[in-house]
Amino acid sequence: MTVPKVTFWRVVFVLVMLLGAYATVIRFTQGLGATTNLSDQFPWGIWIGFDVLCGVMLAAGGFTLMAAVHIFNAERFRPIVRPALLTAFLGYILVCVALMYDLGFPWRIWHPLVMWNPHSVMFEVGWCVTLYTTVLALEFSPLVFERLRLERPLKIIHTIQIPLVILGVILSTLHQSSLGSLYLIVPGKLHPLWYTSMLPVLFYVSAIAIGIAMTIFESAMSEKHLGHSLDKSIIVYLTRILLVILIFYGVLRFRDLYKRGALEYAFTGSYESILFLAEIAFSIVLPIALLLIPRIRLNPKALYFVATMIVIGFMINRLNIAITGMESYAGVRYFPKWTELSVTVAIVAAGFAIFGLAAKHLPIFEHGVAHEELKEVPAEAATVRKPYPAQV
Amino acid sequence: MSKAVLYDATLCVGCLECERACASYNGLEYDDAVSAEQQTSERKFTFVRTLPDDKYMRKLCMHCVDPSCASVCPVAALTKSKEGPVVYDKTRCMGCRYCMVACPFDVPKYQWGALLPLVRKCTMCSDRLKKGLATSCSDACPTGATITGDREALLAEAKKRIAENPSGYVNHIFGETEVGGTCVLMLSSIPFEQAGFRTPEVYGKGPLPANTWKALSKIPDVVSLGFVALGGIWWITNRRHEVAAAEHAAKKQSEEAAKPAGGES
Repeated sequence: MTVPKVTFWRVVFVLVMLLGAYATVIRFTQGLGATTNLSDQFPWGIWIGFDVLCGVMLAAGGFTLMAAVHIFNAERFRPIVRPALLTAFLGYILVCVALMYDLGFPWRIWHPLVMWNPHSVMFEVGWCVTLYTTVLALEFSPLVFERLRLERPLKIIHTIQIPLVILGVILSTLHQSSLGSLYLIVPGKLHPLWYTSMLPVLFYVSAIAIGIAMTIFESAMSEKHLGHSLDKSIIVYLTRILLVILIFYGVLRFRDLYKRGALEYAFTGSYESILFLAEIAFSIVLPIALLLIPRIRLNPKALYFVATMIVIGFMINRLNIAITGMESYAGVRYFPKWTELSVTVAIVAAGFAIFGLAAKHLPIFEHGVAHEELKEVPAEAATVRKPYPAQV
Repeated sequence: MSKAVLYDATLCVGCLECERACASYNGLEYDDAVSAEQQTSERKFTFVRTLPDDKYMRKLCMHCVDPSCASVCPVAALTKSKEGPVVYDKTRCMGCRYCMVACPFDVPKYQWGALLPLVRKCTMCSDRLKKGLATSCSDACPTGATITGDREALLAEAKKRIAENPSGYVNHIFGETEVGGTCVLMLSSIPFEQAGFRTPEVYGKGPLPANTWKALSKIPDVVSLGFVALGGIWWITNRRHEVAAAEHAAKKQSEEAAKPAGGES
């Protein structure tokens, strides 16, 4: 073993993890009051708003691409399924880790599995996330089996693959939308710019958009930092789908705001309206405008930029619902304490680090040779009909 | 028959006996500092709000007929008992605090400083009610401002009081229809939004859990139709794929000089 080279990012990583570890000690020795800026007026903060809501959203690439490749047989996306699957698997594990910080009794996290309340959205989310994390583990397992050259388990997983993928898509549909349903119970509390009976639909559609945007983002990151280059035509094709979904989402969102007469709150200059406009600009208006320009749509660097913008835009959306939109009712302003922030940043950093490690040691960016052999499909039959020109 | 509490603010003299009785029943400390607190908290489940002109308004858990907190609780730690009170089972609670987010009256409070934090709130003295007794706050009230009884009977009583003295009350029984009705009913001589409550639109007239149920009840459809739709799409696209592969193989055979098919990238 060689000693790892000291680089700027590695130093940052170690510092972030140390700070996170310190915050963890405070959390589990002194409780939530000492660790967070949460209060009786504002019981949910960044650990729910970012770690859980954004975390699950960012992991949506897993079900989106698994469905595209295995259900819709869009073979062209096969090379990017595994990075998306890895992100999803990692994402859900990290969401569960974050939940352990937020729950008052983290060791009772399994309670919803045996103590039922089918009227609770949270109960449903708990079940779906548990089942889907299991599905992801199974979907991800072939990568480990391939690495260890275990043929038999590989065959078993392959036999149940299609039902598994369908189950994964349905579980994701349920809980991605249910994270929006969580807020259906508070019509009097959530600001009208965000409260709508459409919340579950909006959450679901945006999750698909983010699944694709994250895949574009990851591909660019992997190319830059891990040196895996990818066929540009795949990304360009994905972008077209992303654009269609974004426009669809935009129409849904504006139609809903218009129908409820909520647009009057959009330009009042209030705290909510400013963050609403920021959200709409980054999640809908700017990305659609930019992606409609062919020169941008066909330029990988510009695409990376737009994908990042979309991810940030929808993070603002989730935080607006969980935090901004609830503040006026609560009558308090919430900003996370340093300990809350350090835990969140450490979890994100751990995500990046594990992704890097997995990409290095598991066949993530390879085509999965053993897997392909099992499928016994000639490569030519599976290739793209007509690759889109990658560059102008 | 569901039990309820009727609080008539016009009879309240602000003696705070209800606060004291509540604290002692729930084993909470009660001193001058706690007494001065004008809010409910982990250590104060009810308080008497002091309003201008010697007016008062109590705050306590409203014990909704269809409670949001019980509906959202993923482990059924909060439940609506048949006697009326919304009760909490601390052995089930996992501390997600969704009840606090969901409650339209901001009643559940949390033990933020504790390592084993519980949700705390008024229990409507549920074990006293089971024995046929009144709540401890009703028992302690020297003026009869707070009384315990059957919800239907108390509603009738409240209507009678308003009818007999229309100038002494605002013509509204708070809790009759708010969020679908509550088991704590209130009468006041000043509008409720001036007595610490929010405007009527915030509460609405229907039970809030209905909003969630509209979405949750679609799950069986999503699951059954989803399986059929996705399975069908797979069956069709895969068939197309197999045909393409077979045609490809046939073509290769006929050409005879073809290389063996492989799966390399």
